[in-house]
Amino acid sequence: MKYFKYLVLGTIFGIALTKAEVVSWYRIYEMFKFQSFHMYGVIGSAVVLGIIFTQIIKRIRMKSMSGDVIDIPPKRFSYPRYLIGGAIFGLGWAMTGACPGPMFILVGNGYLVVLVAIASGLLGTYVYGRIRHKLPH
Amino acid sequence: MLEFLSQPWPWWVAGPIIAIVMFLLLYFGNNFGLSANFRNMCSILGAGKSCEFFDFDWKRQTWNLVFVAGTVIGGFLAVQFLMPDTQIGISEVTKLELAELGMPNAGEEILPPEIFNFESLLTLKGIIIIVVGGFLVGFGTRYAGGCTSGHAISGLSDLQPASLLAVIGFFVGGLLMTWLIVPSLYTL
Repeated sequence: MKYFKYLVLGTIFGIALTKAEVVSWYRIYEMFKFQSFHMYGVIGSAVVLGIIFTQIIKRIRMKSMSGDVIDIPPKRFSYPRYLIGGAIFGLGWAMTGACPGPMFILVGNGYLVVLVAIASGLLGTYVYGRIRHKLPH
Repeated sequence: MLEFLSQPWPWWVAGPIIAIVMFLLLYFGNNFGLSANFRNMCSILGAGKSCEFFDFDWKRQTWNLVFVAGTVIGGFLAVQFLMPDTQIGISEVTKLELAELGMPNAGEEILPPEIFNFESLLTLKGIIIIVVGGFLVGFGTRYAGGCTSGHAISGLSDLQPASLLAVIGFFVGGLLMTWLIVPSLYTL
């Protein structure tokens, strides 16, 4: 039962991203072509509200449900990892029109062929795991 | 209410819902990040035997896998019960442009029917877009340590410089693909 709340949250997330057309290839294309404000509005409003939530959590040292102070670990800054890794993801995102979250939602939408993209994504992650020591981070 | 739910949702509904989901995951003691599940699934499939990167206790990530299961259910419910049609409200400019790229019915379904079907896996175009594209997403997100949810939403919300850099990277790759490669790729 302790996992039920995550199922509910995931369901809400899946409904919202489908209903706001964020899962659509066309919306991603349109975003990268700067032909609509829609996607920038979705991400932008999430970030603005997210900043407010995160600041409140940190300022009042909010406790999580289990009673521990919520800890948001800072990410170690470096250039190659985020720029190169990010750009590789960006290429794939614009090509398939889906980032990892929408990939799973699209399967629920009935696009079973996206399972092939997910399988390929697993392989990509595995290859990264195998060669990551050779990559600049 | 049902009428509102059946309309496409504007950005100012979806964005705040995403932020609330992120907040609740923090409150539950976890972090919002979907691409971590690729690593979790690799671990479940036994990748930990051949690579230490996947040799961790994935059961501690069960909540995230359950979240993903929820997103699939949500995607199903939305299409089955909350969408009278699947029209995507993209701009007219976009539709005209895509018609020139061989997509005369752009925006009538969630994904371009020309590409996203099993038959297209027998074509070079389909293999590149679905298989290579999926690979780049899996490789790039793990290299960058996160995807749209982990960096663009969670990381930017926490004003992390690393996440800003990652998002810049996402756009460098995305713009390059959309402006320079997609036109020739989709007309292959």
